[in-house]
Amino acid sequence: MKAKIRKIVTIVEETRIEMDRAVEPPTRRAAAVAVIENPFAGRYVDDLSLLIDIGEELGDLLAGRAVAALGIEGPRAESYGKAAAVGENGELEHAAAILHPKLGAPVRKVLGKGAALIPSSKKRGGPGVSLDVPLGHKDAAFVRSHFDGMEVRIADAPRANEIVVAVAVTDSGRPHPRVGGLTKSEIKGVDGLR
Amino acid sequence: MPSVELRKRVTIVEEIFHEGGPIATIPYRRAAILAIIRNPFAGRYVEDIVGFSDDLKPLGLEMATALIAALGGDPRAIQGYGKGAIVGAAGEIEHGALWHVPGGYAMREALGGAMAIVPSAKKVAGPGARLDVPITHINASYVRSHFDAIEVGVADAPRADEMLLALAMTTGARVHNRAGGLEASEIKGLDGLR
Repeated sequence: MKAKIRKIVTIVEETRIEMDRAVEPPTRRAAAVAVIENPFAGRYVDDLSLLIDIGEELGDLLAGRAVAALGIEGPRAESYGKAAAVGENGELEHAAAILHPKLGAPVRKVLGKGAALIPSSKKRGGPGVSLDVPLGHKDAAFVRSHFDGMEVRIADAPRANEIVVAVAVTDSGRPHPRVGGLTKSEIKGVDGLR
Repeated sequence: MPSVELRKRVTIVEEIFHEGGPIATIPYRRAAILAIIRNPFAGRYVEDIVGFSDDLKPLGLEMATALIAALGGDPRAIQGYGKGAIVGAAGEIEHGALWHVPGGYAMREALGGAMAIVPSAKKVAGPGARLDVPITHINASYVRSHFDAIEVGVADAPRADEMLLALAMTTGARVHNRAGGLEASEIKGLDGLR
């Protein structure tokens, strides 16, 4: 493996009640988060292909971990998202290299499909910085009930020379969706949008 | 006594491969499970609260069992533990103290017996507050290699009328432990201390 992983954290949230109303079945979302060494910390490097390859490895690893944490088969996942936080000796572009070129394909392979863009966020920060991982339906980005976000953070990461990489997966949308828009039963699933 | 209303459950598993030193042959794992429940005493002074401690026992046992499952399912693999509570702003620290008995009882029950006192931390705070849950060896509090802590928190909890209850477990010593003191192999196992 090209990535030097210091630690992996998985987080599962299960919401059973929202505003005194039972959520049945409970909504569940999981994030798998890796803390890796930033091979380009502290210097300007033009060719980021090593980080691009690391992104591909992490897409497979983290999507697998998240789905396992939910205890479901990949195709049962409904929405997804990704995010990265670069330690202070790195560049935002390092997060971009991990997230955008190659991370998505292995995630989609784990989930069976995934026609929609994987929503993402990134930032630079110190240990304990919070990442809000945006979530959207994996087959149709316009499904309004599945627009959501999941906050993740790790107290001791990223150190200055590290990068935190997160992949979030759900088996559901928000707890009591009622703001209209495209519903999941109406998905055509052709263009990744509707 | 009032019933236990569980709004949300969060599980966090950290798998630590190294911290700058040699890569562990077996990764060190620490995990926490959090339950966000309604605080039945929020907003007013209630003198007689102790019965709620018994009401929390089934929830504690369910949490301890789920936490062991998140760490692989084998109770014999668990070597450290801790517990904690964050009481929402409309409650008292005394409400958090109700977790001492059911939290500790649940872990001992699920682990098939454990001799050491369960270390704990608690506070009154708002949504997103972080709590450092202290962790010590399950059979001998003085085992220095197992002194640890796990930071926990949930972005939207505890609301003012809620409590966040936490249990934590680990599968071994700190990843690069070398600070001396009583070792796990030296435990006498008579008093829960050494």
